Amino acid sequence: MIVNPKTKLKMRNFGFCCVILLFGFWILNFNCYAQSISSAELIDNAKQFDGKTVVYIGEVIGDIMIRGEYAWVNVNDGKNAIGVWINKDLIKDIHYMGSYKFKGDVVEVSGTFNRACLQHGGDLDIHAQSLTKRIAGRPAQEMPNFKKRNIVILLLGALGLIWILTLLKRR
Amino acid sequence: MIRKPNIEDIKGIGYYLGKIIIGLSLTMVIPIIIGIAFGEINPTLDFIISMGITLLFGLLLTKLCFTEKDLNWMQGMIIASLSWIAATLLGALPLYLSGHWNSFLDACFDAMSGFATTGLTLVQNLDHLSYAHNLWRHLIMFIGGQGIVIVALSFFVKGFSGAFKMYVGEARDERVLPNVIDTARFIWLVSIAYLILGTLALGMVGILNGMKTINAFFHGACVFMAAFDTGGFAPQSQNILYYHSLPYEIVTITIMLLGAINFKLHYHIWMGNRKEILKNIETITLFMSIMLTFFIVAVGLVKLGTYPQAIALFRKGFYQLVSGHTGTGYMTIYARQFINEWGDLALVGIIIAMGLGGSVCSTTGAIKMLRVGIIFKALIEDLKKIILPEQAIVAQKFHHIKDMFMEDKQARAALFITLAYLALYGFGAIVGMLFGYPFLHSLFESTSAAANVGLSCGITDTTMPAALKLTYIFQMWAGRLEFMSVFTLIGFLVAAVKGK
Repeated sequence: MIVNPKTKLKMRNFGFCCVILLFGFWILNFNCYAQSISSAELIDNAKQFDGKTVVYIGEVIGDIMIRGEYAWVNVNDGKNAIGVWINKDLIKDIHYMGSYKFKGDVVEVSGTFNRACLQHGGDLDIHAQSLTKRIAGRPAQEMPNFKKRNIVILLLGALGLIWILTLLKRR
Repeated sequence: MIRKPNIEDIKGIGYYLGKIIIGLSLTMVIPIIIGIAFGEINPTLDFIISMGITLLFGLLLTKLCFTEKDLNWMQGMIIASLSWIAATLLGALPLYLSGHWNSFLDACFDAMSGFATTGLTLVQNLDHLSYAHNLWRHLIMFIGGQGIVIVALSFFVKGFSGAFKMYVGEARDERVLPNVIDTARFIWLVSIAYLILGTLALGMVGILNGMKTINAFFHGACVFMAAFDTGGFAPQSQNILYYHSLPYEIVTITIMLLGAINFKLHYHIWMGNRKEILKNIETITLFMSIMLTFFIVAVGLVKLGTYPQAIALFRKGFYQLVSGHTGTGYMTIYARQFINEWGDLALVGIIIAMGLGGSVCSTTGAIKMLRVGIIFKALIEDLKKIILPEQAIVAQKFHHIKDMFMEDKQARAALFITLAYLALYGFGAIVGMLFGYPFLHSLFESTSAAANVGLSCGITDTTMPAALKLTYIFQMWAGRLEFMSVFTLIGFLVAAVKGK
């Protein structure tokens, strides 16, 4: 069968594209985890994930620590907190950091996971390429506990009584 | 014949125990002030309730057991051991009320861990804990590090001869100054002077690290209290890894080492006798021991290729090692990394370091360097006796503040305590294995609890069996008090049942 050179070229290009696509899928499969991975999985399987691109979701906690052009953002997924090293331009969306008075922003971080980061003295961390805010944080409403307040009144009353009795005994 | 304790014995114990409990209740004023300052309503209520209950309990004891009689040795020892149990139960109240601990047993675990300056923790959602509760966690380490009895002796006891008996019962057999109350006050003076300097240093590093000023100094004070008292609690769940900072690690290592030094040595350094640090048997043994155990850890880590760079290996390996050796328990790795990445040899190095500990009359736990040094010298003396002619007179000397000739009774006492610690480490390991944990992991966690260290390989968790929690609580208590007062309490209870 004689094949037109143009068709031959198209077929070769198609084959080349297929190989590239397959290679791309292979790379993605081995070096990137599109689904989010928990901190426990990352810590327990650190060697497996080392150097791979991972997606990690959690609440921003504590202080954001700016270091030059970058910043440390500690992200807690409910089990552990992991340090995320990120360009400071990418953290502009973060408004709330988790503490007693605040529920921190829940963010999705995509970046390279390091079991023992060469840049940061062997820390287990994530070097983020992107950060997306998933759920906005808010101030945590602190409702006064009236049961506790009543116990305080009772205890103060008892202590006051002891004090008065001691004073009377001294006289 | 065993003598049954009489009502006067019990009254003496109850009266002074009551005084110590009143002292403990007054320390709760500090978190109340912090709670008010940060506008934390419920945490403030938690501490007012806890303070009220503690004060009531203390007042009741002093009123019901009022006595003017001085203490005997047995009572002094029992007060020391009971005051730690009472402090654990009452100190756990505000923790439990916060709702961050799953059960009262978990809160008691953390309270004992705090007072005994261990650092193992069962807290939940630490990153959302209030400032008041967080300060309390660290303050109990500061109080426990100096000694609960020391607090009472320093501020609430005007002076009586029974003071020394309680002081000794709290594992402090060395007096810095001739008077035990002056000694207690000196220990506080040293600690508060370092607290101010340490908080400033850590606060400044925190600001340079990018923390908010208020948080930098709050964390600085908390971390200092836990590091100097070789405790190991930290305000955030990631422990020291939270800061991602080499300067922070350097400052905390310095504070941990200062905390591991004998208060008597601090006194001599303060008085200008700086050469003592180079001659003292404890500092020499500590240096040698750190080098030796670090060598084991480094070989273990290199063998497995855990850290790709020498600098990372040193930063991670040396930090955890010093933290373990000084009995602090600060970590810059995750607990599971010990098991998953460090390997058996490095773990053994850390276990040995934890088991040896720091100096006597310091805030560390474990066997301690003076005893290790004395046992080593006794071994050399025995070897010399074998090697040298029979007529030769062998006398072994060591330097601890002054030159001393070694006596058999010193070696015997050092060996007895060492054996007791080894038995305690083994006991916890066996209990751990009974619950299905592997030998090395069980030994690691058990040594950490009994030596009041606080490094964890992941066993310590709120889901672990209650019996194991109770075992670790007992180990932390017995390890901190160095057995004598615990044995006395057991003897007292036996006498109460079997005595006539």
